[in-house]
Amino acid sequence: MKDNKVYIYGFGNPGRQDDGLGPAIIDKLESENIPGIITDSNYQLNIEDAHNISQADAVIFVDASLEADEPFSFNRIEPSAEITFTTHTMSPESVLALCKELYDKDMEAYVLAVKGYEWEFAEGLSDQAVYNFKEAYLFLVTKIEEMLHPSRPVAAENMI
Amino acid sequence: MGRKITIEPVTRVEGHGKVTIQLDDSNNVTQSRLHVVEFRGFEKFCQGRPYWEVPVLVQRLCGICPVSHHLAAAKALDVIVGAGTGEGLTPVGEKMRRLMHHGQMFQSHALHFFHLASPDLLFGADGDPAIRNVIGVALEHKDLAVQGVMMRKYGQEIIAATAGKKVHGTGAIPGGINKNLSIAERDTFLKGADPLNIDKMIAWAQGALDFFKGYYAKNKDFIDNFAVFPSSHLSLVRKDGAMDLYHGVIRAVDADGKRIVNDVDCQDYSKIIAEEVRNWSYMKFPYLRALGTEKGWYTVGPLARLNVCEFIPTPLAQKEFEIYKALTNGKPNHMSMHMHYARLIELLHSAEVIKDLLNDPDLQKDNLVTKGTKGKEGVGIIEAPRGTLFHHYRINDNDQIEMANLIVSTTNNNEPMNRAVNYVAKSAFNGKKEVTEGMMNRVEMAIRAYDPCLSCATHALGQMPLEVTLVDSEGTILDQKRK
Repeated sequence: MKDNKVYIYGFGNPGRQDDGLGPAIIDKLESENIPGIITDSNYQLNIEDAHNISQADAVIFVDASLEADEPFSFNRIEPSAEITFTTHTMSPESVLALCKELYDKDMEAYVLAVKGYEWEFAEGLSDQAVYNFKEAYLFLVTKIEEMLHPSRPVAAENMI
Repeated sequence: MGRKITIEPVTRVEGHGKVTIQLDDSNNVTQSRLHVVEFRGFEKFCQGRPYWEVPVLVQRLCGICPVSHHLAAAKALDVIVGAGTGEGLTPVGEKMRRLMHHGQMFQSHALHFFHLASPDLLFGADGDPAIRNVIGVALEHKDLAVQGVMMRKYGQEIIAATAGKKVHGTGAIPGGINKNLSIAERDTFLKGADPLNIDKMIAWAQGALDFFKGYYAKNKDFIDNFAVFPSSHLSLVRKDGAMDLYHGVIRAVDADGKRIVNDVDCQDYSKIIAEEVRNWSYMKFPYLRALGTEKGWYTVGPLARLNVCEFIPTPLAQKEFEIYKALTNGKPNHMSMHMHYARLIELLHSAEVIKDLLNDPDLQKDNLVTKGTKGKEGVGIIEAPRGTLFHHYRINDNDQIEMANLIVSTTNNNEPMNRAVNYVAKSAFNGKKEVTEGMMNRVEMAIRAYDPCLSCATHALGQMPLEVTLVDSEGTILDQKRK
């Protein structure tokens, strides 16, 4: 990875309990000042994010999910133009597709989908989501290390 | 045997709506209804919370227009803390809020036009669904897509600078704001590297208008005749009749342009507006008390605002307003697709207002908050991108919210959206036995003109697509389409 820049983008609404998993993980990452990464968060993905991620070489989207495996799932994604009727938001795949078309950037991209359970009008994660958050965060830090320094061995305690 | 077609866009947690189209035995549409799940329970959720939390709390409502809720709540609480009813803030307090609001309007209108409307215009209702989206625009009209992305980004950065951050901003507080705009921030927005500067944004807003007008010249029949029905229109206006998206008095006109609500103070909204509950929708139906439930419904949003105001107080938008008003000889415009036209005039207006505000030295002043004698009750009304947004709170002796009432823009547009869907359904579905992509998209286009907020608050992975189901009167599925 020539510039060692990985964009970590958490999205969700922290005012809707576990929907805030993505921004919560970004808050934690930002508190640890990990070099070589760019962090960002917002309620939802949207068209301007195609420009935002174009400055990096790889991107990891972090989101809450109803459907992910416990405690989380991590999958590589490819650009896709599929747009849903819900209109005001975009999927990670469609942001990638827009980035590719507008900025000629075909980047390595993943989604870290952290299992969530509660979605009411309240701040704070559910107990189970807190557990998933910790597991997902440990995995993410390890993954970032691998992406930034692919030849460096990963410490055993950071491996899942 | 009657048949029923259901169009059901379902998001993950809430905010979903569906369209039900009832057919008779001859496959003719007898009735269409748009059902939308709104923010049930949120008003109750506010009860017991300290009032000063509310401007941040209400951003939980919506990940699409949190700034509008933030500002409407702050305006209501201005009244409660004795800072006046929209005109009592310090110059920096009011102008920072206006800058935040126009940043929101600018990014929201740009998003709607480039992301949602332009694919329909460029590729048509019967266009290939695989490309009838913003990605398709990027493939075939890269310049337009880039403009949409960067205009949205510019507006989002205005919001971040004025609200403090993109998620759960705290910029507006009861009685004022908690930060001003630094010289460095101002200069970034005024003279930032191309294209992220205000002159480029104004030029692109004019370009978007020119694009629409060019399309309109070639497709006048479609634009003028898609979902046309008479309506009353309501919005805030400045006391002299000018468009004012942040504050004003409540004015409404009937379908002929006669004034039916004459510049009512925002604090008195409940004297003129009531809400009706119907058993087939969670979303209420607001109406003007004086006209009753049958005749009192009204439209809000860009079309309504341009029907209600007398002029636009920025020169470029005013020039476009005059061209636009001439299309209907100064009478109210009832053509749903002209909502896009009106929205683009507002986009230009917001860009002009942003430039004026950035050049105003009041934004660097330090007297951020107004204090006064505390009261118990306040109303905050704002013209959100989708239309008039009402927030109403009352507090108890412990400074806790005792009562909250919200009427959001999409709720105000409940009846007109239903009428638009019904109009389109009758022309697209009559005599049909199955649901086609083009038919589905025509219904979507009618709804989309209002830019409703159907997917509020949460979004995460697992969204379901638009689904159209054709069933007979006994519930048997006759046809089902999904995309």
